[in-house]
Order: sequence, then C-alpha cells, then structure tokens
Amino acid sequence: MIANLVQLAAEEEQSPLVPPGPELLVGTIAFAIVFFVFWKKLLPNINKVLEQRREAIEGGIEKAEAAQTEAQSVLEQYKAQLAEARHEAARLRQEAQEQGAQLIAEMRAEGQRQREEIIAAGHTQIEADKKQASQALRQDVGKLATDLAGKLVGESLEDHARQSRTIDRFLDDLEAKAEATR
Amino acid sequence: MSAEQTQLAFGWECRILADNGCAFPAPGLHSFLFKPMFTIGGFEFNKVMMLALLTTLIVVTVFTLAFGKAKVVPGKLQLAAEAGYDFVRRGIVYETMGKKEGEKYVPLMVSLFFFIWIMNIWSVIPLMQFPVSSVIAYPAVLAAIVYVTWVSVTFKRHGFVGGWKNVTGYDNSLGPIKWLVSFIELFSNLLVRPFTHAVRLFANMFAGHLMLVMFTVASWYLLNSWLIPAAGVSFVMTMVMILFELFVQAVQAYVFVLLACSYLQGALAEHH
Repeated sequence: MIANLVQLAAEEEQSPLVPPGPELLVGTIAFAIVFFVFWKKLLPNINKVLEQRREAIEGGIEKAEAAQTEAQSVLEQYKAQLAEARHEAARLRQEAQEQGAQLIAEMRAEGQRQREEIIAAGHTQIEADKKQASQALRQDVGKLATDLAGKLVGESLEDHARQSRTIDRFLDDLEAKAEATR
Repeated sequence: MSAEQTQLAFGWECRILADNGCAFPAPGLHSFLFKPMFTIGGFEFNKVMMLALLTTLIVVTVFTLAFGKAKVVPGKLQLAAEAGYDFVRRGIVYETMGKKEGEKYVPLMVSLFFFIWIMNIWSVIPLMQFPVSSVIAYPAVLAAIVYVTWVSVTFKRHGFVGGWKNVTGYDNSLGPIKWLVSFIELFSNLLVRPFTHAVRLFANMFAGHLMLVMFTVASWYLLNSWLIPAAGVSFVMTMVMILFELFVQAVQAYVFVLLACSYLQGALAEHH
C-alpha cells in the first residue's frame, strides 16, 4: 500500500519537498497582499494612534506632576503661615500676661498708696480735732469751774496766775486718774 | 487509491473486522494532494490555494476592522490586535534587532507572523482541516522573501567585500583555518539556511497533519466489535493532538519570525 503511494507520488512528480509552480504563485500573491496592507495602511495607522496615546498618557502624567508640585508649594506656604500665626499668638499671649501682671502690680501699689493717704489724713484730722476739743474743753471747764468756785467761795479768784495753776493741776490730776483707770 | 479519491481521507464502509477486505486507510503523501476544485485556462485551483487566499482575507479583514479606524481609547478587537502586534514588534523584532534597526522590518515580521499563524490554524478548523503551510510551496515563498531581504541587506550595509566577509564569517585572527570556517559558514548561511527555514515550518505542519489524520481515521476505523474502546482511545488522542497542534501552530509561526529576525540581525551586525 505504502509502496503503492510512493510510486504514485513519484509518478505524479509530487515529492513533498518540490514546490509546484502554481502554488508558489498563489502563496506569493496571498502574502504580498497581507504585507502591503500592513505596510502601507494598517501599521502606520495603529502606530499613529499608539503615539497619540503615549502622548496623551505622558501629557496626563506631566499635568498630574505639575498639580502635585503646586499643591506641595501651597501646603508649604500654609504650613509656614500657620507656624507664623502660632508664633504670633504665643507672643501676644505672653505680652498680655506681662501687661496684666504689671497692671495688677500698679493697681495694688496705687491702692496701697491711697489707703495710706486716707489713713494718714484720718490720723491728722483726728489729732487736730482732739487737740481742738481738748483746748476748748480745757477753757470751758476752767471757766465753769472758776465761776462755780467763785460763786461758792464768794471770793475773787480773779488772780489769774493762781487760778490757772490750780485749774491745770486739777485737770492733770484728772488726766492722771483717767490714765490709771484705763 | 488514487489522488482523485483524497477529498475524503477514507471510505465510510472501511472498518476493522468488517470482513470486506478493507485495510486501514493510512494517511500518507496522498493526504496532501488535492484534486483541483476548478480549472481556468490550465490553472488548477485547489483547496490549499483557496485556504491560502482565505488566510489573506481573514488577516486583512480582522486587522482592518481592528486598525482601520484605530482609536486612542481602543475597543476590544483593537485591544486584542494591539496585543498581537505588540507581541511581534516588541517581543520579537525589538528583542533581536533593537528598536532603531528593527523598526523598518516590523511590517514584514508582523505580516509574516499572522499570515503563517492563520495558515497553520486551518489544520484544526472543522471542514477545512488542512494546514496550508504543510505544502512546501507556501513556506518556501516566505523563506525566499526573508532570504532575499537579509542577503540584500547584507550587501547594502557592508558593501560587496564586506558583505561576503559577513556571510562567510571571515576572520583573519583564525589563521589558516579561516578558509575552512569561511567555507562552512558560506555553505550554512547561503545554502542550508533558507532550506531549513522553510522545511522547519513545513515539516512541523506536515507531521502534525499526518498525526491528526491518522488518529481521526483510526477513531472511525476501530469503531467496530470489541475494538470500540480502542476507538475511544484514538478519539481522545485526536483531541489531545488538536490541542498540541494549536500550540505547535503558534510556536512555529513564532519560530519562523524569530529566525527571520535573527538572520536580519546578523546581516545588519558589524562583521567581526
């Protein structure tokens, strides 16, 4: 059977490694069409599109990079501003504290001073009043006592010197007694 | 059995143990011969020619649909075609020749790859079931195109003397054996190379088709009496071979283009 086939093949000159002419022609035409369509039309077409896509992607990346850089710089700016503001606030607080303390100290000193003034004024007033009252009292008491004594004794006690000495001595005695009983 | 009967690889009545004196219709060279479908002025048009032209039609149609109105944002078909295009361009051409030198040869390599691949795939397409590249004429044409390209590039790039030095690998530092080396190189590059380039593709597809036909025919032939399980085994083998052939078809297209690129790369390279 196989021998038969080989014989047949030999008869028809159809060794599988010897290409028949018509098929070479058809093969050439078939491939040439594919090649020219690819070469002239389809591959330039797709290459253009691939290039466009590449550019679109790279453009997008560039844009994104630019946006990121900008965002970064804005962030830095904000951070700087924020730090500055914090610093300023701290400074103001410090200042306010210092001013407040100073004010309190000043007010305290002022109050102290006013209090002392008022006390001093009061003391002076009291002293003056006391002196005045004592003076007036001394005169009045003396006069009253003299008058009374004169009426009782009937003799003139006009002698000023004696009179005055007696009254003073009496009053001094009184004062001494008052001191002792206090 | 004559060539005229090979449209159908076997007779339906031909079964094992059928007792009609019919032996196993083994596939052979006759499986690759087709009677003409029609004849125009002595030009016999057969099934393989039809498949070759269908290959052209399919490749051109699919890629025109994909790349004809290519968009920056691709559709599914364009995306798939771009993947294939990119595979050949980047994965084969740039890898071997580099982007700068290779760019010029991308159209040739892309069309070679897809043309060969579709020619091979006919092997497993129902009703067609014949790899166009198992007929030596088709691989021979493609290998010849590659051969003419790289040989002309060699002499264009290096001039007449430089071209011969490139082809023969002429190297003074080898001393007296340089003549022997040059002779072997010349023989290997200029004479053997185009032959092996074509036959590698042809023989793979030829053998694959023989195996497929063998198991297919056997699946039917054994389907009788107590040998039915054997028919089952043969049928499973047919399926396995189909899967294997799908792999081989792609690999052979890849290898053919890879070799073409490597020949061109050698032609472009500076001779040492």
